[in-house]
Amino acid sequence: MRLVAIGLVAGLFSALFGVGGGIVIVPMLMLAAHFGERPAMATSLGAVLVIACVGAVTYAVHGQMKPTAALLVGIPAVVGAVVGTSLQQRLATRTLSLAFAALLAAVGARMLV
Amino acid sequence: MWALLLAAVLGGLAGVLAGLFGVGGGILFVPTLTLVLGLTQIHAEATSLLAIIPAAAAGAWRQQRYGNVRWRSALVIGAASIAGVEAGVQIAEALPEGALRRLFGVLMLLVAAQIVRHALGRRARA
Repeated sequence: MRLVAIGLVAGLFSALFGVGGGIVIVPMLMLAAHFGERPAMATSLGAVLVIACVGAVTYAVHGQMKPTAALLVGIPAVVGAVVGTSLQQRLATRTLSLAFAALLAAVGARMLV
Repeated sequence: MWALLLAAVLGGLAGVLAGLFGVGGGILFVPTLTLVLGLTQIHAEATSLLAIIPAAAAGAWRQQRYGNVRWRSALVIGAASIAGVEAGVQIAEALPEGALRRLFGVLMLLVAAQIVRHALGRRARA
């Protein structure tokens, strides 16, 4: 039930503010569902995968996608994601938390200016 | 040529963020697609979703091997979030955008502070 609420809020926020779901899902899994840092971030990535698949199909129907541009940034991103996940396994959870808080603060500050 | 190279580098960085923090990478994909490759905002957001798929799949696959992914939770959150998007689109059309953005900005700063407190408090107890 709590997970359903987290998903609803994440979807609501991404539609309202144009942010991805992950930035909302990770802190809610950590603070509201008491997930540890790594399971929260890993599970968020799984949820983002589901959301992106559905979203991409919806947009594709309307023909607003540039597949070549998606490949240009998406292929290097695959390499980056593998690097990022292995880096995550090496970092202390406290460091991860603080770095993620910095990312949130940066996104929040950008919304304010 | 330089623009293509820069876009690829930024795409790689977006992937690192995705893998490291469990976010999609759209934070970097969308500005890269608009500012570097010159896509319109709506095209960039759609294209970003497509680019997120392989990155999130690769990251989730790695995390699966580390034993960190709870797939049932991920599916529930993903499915619920799609319903949330529908509701959000309705609300977004009814409310002023500037106020919404500021509200969200403040909320993110508060959550960031909460996470810092959470992380530091746990160390103090340990």
